[in-house]
This record gives sequence, C-alpha cells and structure tokens, in this order.
Amino acid sequence: MAEFLNMGGYASFVWTAYGLSAAALIWLAMSSRKQLTETDDAVDAARARRRGEG
Amino acid sequence: MHRFANPAQFNRLADAILPWAKMAFVLLLGAGLYYAFFDSPPDYQQGESVRVMYIHVPAAWMAMFTYMVMAIASFTALVWRHPLALLAGRAAAPIGAVFTALALITGMLWGKPMWGTYWVWDGRLTSVLVLLFLYLGYMALWQAIDEEEKAGRAASILALVGVVNIPIIKFSVDWWSTLHQPASVMRLDGPTIDGSMLMPLLLMAGAYQAYFVVVFLWRMKLEINRRKLAVARQAAMHASVGAE
Repeated sequence: MAEFLNMGGYASFVWTAYGLSAAALIWLAMSSRKQLTETDDAVDAARARRRGEG
Repeated sequence: MHRFANPAQFNRLADAILPWAKMAFVLLLGAGLYYAFFDSPPDYQQGESVRVMYIHVPAAWMAMFTYMVMAIASFTALVWRHPLALLAGRAAAPIGAVFTALALITGMLWGKPMWGTYWVWDGRLTSVLVLLFLYLGYMALWQAIDEEEKAGRAASILALVGVVNIPIIKFSVDWWSTLHQPASVMRLDGPTIDGSMLMPLLLMAGAYQAYFVVVFLWRMKLEINRRKLAVARQAAMHASVGAE
C-alpha cells in the first residue's frame, strides 16, 4: 500500500494532479446543480404568482 | 434542429439523456481509474508519473472539444438565430474553462518531474493558455454587457475569432520546437501508445465526455430558467407600468 501511495517517488505530483482535478470537477458539477435547483424554484414561484394574479 | 428550439422539448430530451449520461460517467470513471492505477504499467522512462497522463490528456482533449461546441453554437446563433444556440455557448464556456485550467495545471505537475520545470513559453503551453483567456474573455463579455442580445453577439464573435487557436494548439508540437511530446493517439498513421496505456486513457476520456454531457445539460436547463425569469421580470415590470 505504501509503495502504491508513494507512486515511485512522484506521489506529490500524481496525487496533487488527481486531487485538484477531482476538486474542480466536483465543484463545477455541484455549483451547476445548485444554481439549477435555485432557478427551478424561482421559475415555479414566478409561475405560481402569475396563476395567483390570473 | 429547430425542433429542439422549444425549451420544453429540449428539457424533456435532456431529462431522458441525463440518467444514461450519469450512469456512463460512473461506469467509465470507475473502469478508467481501475485501469489507470492497477492495470497499466509504469512508463519505461517516466515511471509512475505517467499516471498523470490519464487525467491530463482527456482534460486537454475536452478543452478543445468544448471550445468547438461553443464556437459551433456561436456560429448557429449568429447565422440562424437559433434561440437555444446562444444559451448552449454560454452553458459550455465554464466547463471548457475548467477543463483548460485542469489541462494546464496537471500538465505543469507532470512537466516538473519530467522536464525539470513547471512552465515553458513554448507553442503548445502558450496556445493552451490563450485558450483559457478566450474562455474567460467569452464569459466576461456576457457579464460586462447588460443587454443580453448584444452580449451574446459580442461573445459569439469572440468565440468564432478564437477558433483559429484550435489548429495552433493541435499542430504547435509539429510546427515549433518544444519540450512537449508530439501526438501519440490522434495520428493519421494510428496511435503509437501501447494498448495497456491506451485503454485507461480512452476510458478516462469517455468519463470526461460523459461528465461534459451531464454538466452541459444541467447548465443548458439553468440558462433556459434564467431566460424564463428575465422574461417574467420584464412582463411584471410592463404590467406595473401599465397599472400606473
């Protein structure tokens, strides 16, 4: 296991590359999903208001 | 194509595709990571550092692919005024910017132990940095101009002008002397990379492609919602002016 984590002496480069990639891709997916949910709610609220006015 | 100009129809199509794209992403990522770490050999020269390739190369491919998506969407928006094309370009830009930043950062982390430096101002690295600036410029234009139609037109023109950078990125390693290795997969005479390394590379590229589909569809739906909210706000404003 230690040998695997050591990556032949390149651990800091390999794991930093994988860690940063995972962090960036997770952040983009989560922020996109969150914004979508917020705007979904806002569209529903606007629709309900319009129905109330009608 | 105009069949999908209807946002409701587009949303239905996106909802049908999303579960399959998510499943493809999980399966391809799982298989890709397994092969990348447990079923591919260290490189005879680069040792274990070669494992950075399995995330660096797919990120670079996706950076260029996403730019082409953005450019085609911009062209479609300018020429045919397809209502969803502008939104498609806007939805793709942040994804492309992230892939480009990742290609640069992972490249630096691979370059340091192999070349002895994080950065050189050669054709490949510089043209990819220019690609990142093009993405940032495109997004900045959308933010900087208040009127959506004008913002979309200006951003689309920038995206189209920037297309010239894509062949420069691709062929920079052949045109100029560079530390960056030449293409070893996308070659006319076939890949020169060993099958044991090509397999995880293609699986990870597939995972990145599936990730793009998922996040792109989410962002398209988000842009459609934003447009709906802007229209609703305008209608409410007109109604209140009319009531006065």
